[in-house]
Amino acid sequence: MQGVGTIKRFLFVNRRAPWGTGYAVEALDAVLIAAAFDQDVSVLFVDDGVYQIKKGQDTRAIGVKNFSPAYGALATCDVEKLYVERESLKARGLGEGDLLVPVRVLGAKEVAELMDEQDVILSF
Amino acid sequence: MKFAIQVNEGPYQHQASDSAYQFTRAVLEKGHQVVRVFFFHDGVNNATRLASPPQDDRNVGRRWTELAERYDLDLVVCVAAAQRRGIVDEGEAERHGKGATNLAPRFRVSGLGQLIEAAIESDRLVVFGD
Repeated sequence: MQGVGTIKRFLFVNRRAPWGTGYAVEALDAVLIAAAFDQDVSVLFVDDGVYQIKKGQDTRAIGVKNFSPAYGALATCDVEKLYVERESLKARGLGEGDLLVPVRVLGAKEVAELMDEQDVILSF
Repeated sequence: MKFAIQVNEGPYQHQASDSAYQFTRAVLEKGHQVVRVFFFHDGVNNATRLASPPQDDRNVGRRWTELAERYDLDLVVCVAAAQRRGIVDEGEAERHGKGATNLAPRFRVSGLGQLIEAAIESDRLVVFGD
């Protein structure tokens, strides 16, 4: 199932807070490149990864560039399948209204099904 | 089977690079194909030729070079991650006015497209990270 024109289902799993490590910002680059390759891209936010798309991020006090507005631009790059795990949101006292972008909220069991549907899973 | 390998951590601090090496060597010895090893995040630090680990321990970077020589492996370092962390080949040194290079033999610097392409062309992408 490889070759020119192959479209695979890619799932990017974001598990970490946006600040504190460099995984989130570089993972976002990978999402955009997969979209540029016309792949079927989904992005999942789980565990502390849900903080990546929290509204109102302000990084001035830590002297790091705030890349969170870039999540809002994903839709213009044809990355529209954004998922958040319900349990992760709830454990952190967050709701859909706290998020920067429209997402589909899935329970842990549905997350497992989402993963099962993919060809490629990249975890950050 | 065709494998693609992604390495997200640097040498010595994490086992990810060691595990990726052991896995890659094992699948090659079993006769499988490895279409590419892609070094991302701190994984780019595996590609420095300037490391001098203690002589009675493994040399993580050199081990990748030797494996690439034996099996003609494609070792690719993410350019954006490498620029941030100072992993430099001749082209990058020229482009950014750096007076030195440190990319180890058999590694090359390229874009994230190489990771996506490897994932498309392989049967399995195996990610080694924290």
